[in-house]
Amino acid sequence: MVILKDLPAEELFLPGHRHCSGCGASMAARMALKASGKEVVVTNATGCLEVASTIYPYSSWMVPWVHTAFENAAATASGIEAAFKAMARRGGRSRVPPIISFAGDGGTFDIGMQSLSGALERGHHMLYICYDNEAYMNTGIQRSGSTPHGAATTTSHAGTKLPGKPEWKKDLIGISISHGIEYAATASVAYWNDYMTKVKKALEVKGPSVIHVLAPCPRGWRHEPADTVKIARLATQTLYFPIYEFERGAYRLNVKVPNPLPVEDFLRTQGRFSHLFKPEFSSEIQKIQDWVNANWARILNLCGETKT
Amino acid sequence: MQKIVGLTGDEAVAYAAKQSSVDVVAAYPITPQTVIVEQFAQYVANGEVHTEFVCVESEHSALSACIGASLTGARVFTATASQGLALMHEMLYIASSLRCPIVMAVANRALSAPINIYADHSDMMGSRDSGWIQVYAEDAQEAYDWTLQAFDIAEKDNVMLPVSVNLDGFTISHSMEGISVLEDDAARKFLPPRPISYIVDPDRPITIGAGNNPEYYFEFKRQQEDALRRSSKAVLETARKFGAISGRKYGVLDTYGLEDADVAMVGLGSCMGTVIEAARRLRKKGAKVGAIKLWLYRPFPERELLRTLEGLKSLVVLDRSCSFGAPNGALCSDILSTLYSTNLKLKISNVIYGLGGRDMTVPMIEAIYRRALRQKKQPLKRDVRFVGVRE
Repeated sequence: MVILKDLPAEELFLPGHRHCSGCGASMAARMALKASGKEVVVTNATGCLEVASTIYPYSSWMVPWVHTAFENAAATASGIEAAFKAMARRGGRSRVPPIISFAGDGGTFDIGMQSLSGALERGHHMLYICYDNEAYMNTGIQRSGSTPHGAATTTSHAGTKLPGKPEWKKDLIGISISHGIEYAATASVAYWNDYMTKVKKALEVKGPSVIHVLAPCPRGWRHEPADTVKIARLATQTLYFPIYEFERGAYRLNVKVPNPLPVEDFLRTQGRFSHLFKPEFSSEIQKIQDWVNANWARILNLCGETKT
Repeated sequence: MQKIVGLTGDEAVAYAAKQSSVDVVAAYPITPQTVIVEQFAQYVANGEVHTEFVCVESEHSALSACIGASLTGARVFTATASQGLALMHEMLYIASSLRCPIVMAVANRALSAPINIYADHSDMMGSRDSGWIQVYAEDAQEAYDWTLQAFDIAEKDNVMLPVSVNLDGFTISHSMEGISVLEDDAARKFLPPRPISYIVDPDRPITIGAGNNPEYYFEFKRQQEDALRRSSKAVLETARKFGAISGRKYGVLDTYGLEDADVAMVGLGSCMGTVIEAARRLRKKGAKVGAIKLWLYRPFPERELLRTLEGLKSLVVLDRSCSFGAPNGALCSDILSTLYSTNLKLKISNVIYGLGGRDMTVPMIEAIYRRALRQKKQPLKRDVRFVGVRE
């Protein structure tokens, strides 16, 4: 496990960017680069992280960074890896630097799913990090395939009839593992040492790996910027976002939760769920609790845990 | 020394790519381009090339991977057609804007709907403003020659733009011809491997593809336009260099019979061989007709084209795509706007032909020439005709 005194003081993701106060995505990027060191190449899907960190002529990135479009961070990385390999065969550098692709949940769960799937199937040596803020925050909080049931967004409003998004969140890690990759994990900006340890571990894998990191968005989730880490931690302590990993066929629960809190405690902290506390939608909270319980049981089972 | 080999257009393009020391090929199958990629995959399987072949899951990812590879510093080749080119559309602009010298063969094919796998130019014309250098081959020999030349043009320091080499689907892509190919050594002398230099480089990190606001975006676009305009000179330089090694003369356009012609026909691609044959037959009977074949479509060779038009009384412009709702076909619109600023007075008519692989035969072309020879004055309304269609 990474410990604080081992971390480099050097920042590879520089301050001065235009991310909002309390932005989880920028924390996820900064931590990942502290773990990776500077011998990496980054590709970035269009999204908050891309647009707020590189307004020309400024850049926060002290590593080579490439953005081409929204749905293709993984495909762009495939080409970079191929170029390093081919050029090595005719006298170029023998070492292919690890490639990290950053994409939000829109760029991963939705529009980038095909290019991610293709890259995982082809087996490129790359780490794909999805920073999940559970909606299209860059364009103004529209629902994605990752937005949880019941969350209000600007395309899944809490109306008089509908209680926010009717559908449920996709299982990104399950989809990723189904490609036969060696390493996949969830992580959270609240558990920095777990996340950074996973980045290091993923970069050691000879092939593709995926990290799904929960990155709260104060604007979209409607909470105080100072509460980002607290709310991310609550997501795990209420069992809403379990932290686990998959490594060569074995699952491991990384953050045990001996005294889980009700999911209501997580929902209550955010404006996007405030309508669920009105009498007309009160049954939704139980539905979400049922989903959380079933998902937790499934993950405990995968991890071979009988209880936490 | 060159040898004559029997190759289809697709095979000829693959052979040229093999002789081009390509580092990365990322491609996705689509008729009638498929043979190019299949053939190249065979070279990879046999260890005849050092290329990293990335067999992607879509054309969008094909060009995305090509862009990633090109930005790293690799020499990159791909091929597509029709719907595949349409799916790449977003990335076409990004390839040219990030100044990636990618070479892409396009086996021109009609666009759906209805789905049709045969030749026309709707695919590339739909992307004509994407900032790519666009050349059109008349036959398999030209497809081979242009593929080799395309890398040399694209990678010039003052160009650094992608090039599409267009060959008509089936008519060229699947027709076998005896073509002259360079010896590998000669090809390598003409086109050495791209010098090893990393642009995406952890030792010298740079940010590529940063967000741009109104303060800077316009300047990038202006520089891009300047580079594309400059590239016509690069095309001529490369053609001279290639001519010296191959004995085959290229440039931005080719002409036939213009020394005394009253009427000429201008167009792109495989049809121009048929046009020249029709002109030859008519000239035997004393008709003063000629032809202009454009090799280069973007950047549009205005100056060279105008030079060929002096002395003509009438010009027929052949368009193998339909610009729905526009006053004329795409090529005709370009020629009309080129002529507007000159004193040249010649009658212009526009023929839309060959959509979805419909044949354009010698008698059809002779009839078009005869009509133009008879025509005494420019009609007041626009003169656009669809030839070879049941109406």
